[in-house]
Amino acid sequence: MTPRLNEIWVYLAASPLLGLTATLLAYVFAFRIYERARFSPLANPVMISVALLVAVLTVTGTPYQTYFDGAQFVHFLLGPATVALAVPLYQQLPKLRAHVLPLLGGLLAGSLVAVVSAVGIAWLLGASPEVVRSLAPKSVTIPIAMGVAEKIGGLPSLTAVLVMGTGIIGAISATKILNLLGMRDYSVRGFATGLAAHGIGTARAFQVNQEAGAFAALGMGLNGVLTAVLVPLLATWMPR
Amino acid sequence: MLQTLAILLVFQSVGEVFSYALRLPVPGPVIGMILLFCWLAIDDRLLAIIQGTTAELLKHLSLLFVPAGVGIMVHGSRIGGEWMPIIVALVLSTWLAIATTALVTRALMRKPPASPASPASSPGPSADDAATDAGERQ
Repeated sequence: MTPRLNEIWVYLAASPLLGLTATLLAYVFAFRIYERARFSPLANPVMISVALLVAVLTVTGTPYQTYFDGAQFVHFLLGPATVALAVPLYQQLPKLRAHVLPLLGGLLAGSLVAVVSAVGIAWLLGASPEVVRSLAPKSVTIPIAMGVAEKIGGLPSLTAVLVMGTGIIGAISATKILNLLGMRDYSVRGFATGLAAHGIGTARAFQVNQEAGAFAALGMGLNGVLTAVLVPLLATWMPR
Repeated sequence: MLQTLAILLVFQSVGEVFSYALRLPVPGPVIGMILLFCWLAIDDRLLAIIQGTTAELLKHLSLLFVPAGVGIMVHGSRIGGEWMPIIVALVLSTWLAIATTALVTRALMRKPPASPASPASSPGPSADDAATDAGERQ
């Protein structure tokens, strides 16, 4: 007697195995496409994996929580991976030392523009105050952004979605923008990408060039800290 | 590999303790990254031990964002009727942030010209060259 197919499904769907397996399979498949597309930014592997998984979960009627019970093992590695970014950063120490002031100048300008333009454009187009405030920290890594959103009266869960969107948009479009501007220096290219598009931009930068990746990690880290300080100060001028 | 993972987790844990105890808005892993960077700057004997595994871990950094990204299916409905201002703001603001950061950083990196000729007098050579090697770059 073999158990019926839906019984097997019910058994498997309840275990974390399925969420983990699905995540890895979706990513392996997405990365194949990315390779086939010769690492074109338009074939971003995060975007493709997420789209695939959302489609599968929706079709099978699997709740996100059930999926995440398995996928959390992958999610957990984000912590140690963030710490690991110190290594490529350290390897760029001489260049970092030589350009401390330009990098800080770029940080201040880029961070301000990331916040003010998002808030300003959404406000001009008639977004609600809650949405405008949720947009303010959209360029920084998820835990910082959610904390900031909560502090200034945004919706942390909406901010999480906006942060993911920003990362994917940044990873897809950075190459084009930086080429249009004639940026040659990989440190500048990476720094701008990590600053504006946090970890997803940093992941893209590493796929292109090791130096770009290191400076992306720097941009991501510095903008995280600056945004956490800056946005609560700027929040007094945001619509309420 | 295990040794490296243990080292990374120790730095992350210390970062979490700092973040929690001092009520910092910066999450533990980011503080852990800063601490590991400082450690390496003071004494880089650790580098030889962790270099290989950290490079391997960072090679597939994209993968680690997938579980959180799938969360769009839960919270995406919050975007609701305001998708238009949200998408326009996200796209334009991200483009502006990338361009501003790159332009300001590059401008500040450029050393003042040694000769009295002003840099404005030379026609920008970058536009043509940028197009030729655009494909090789990020």
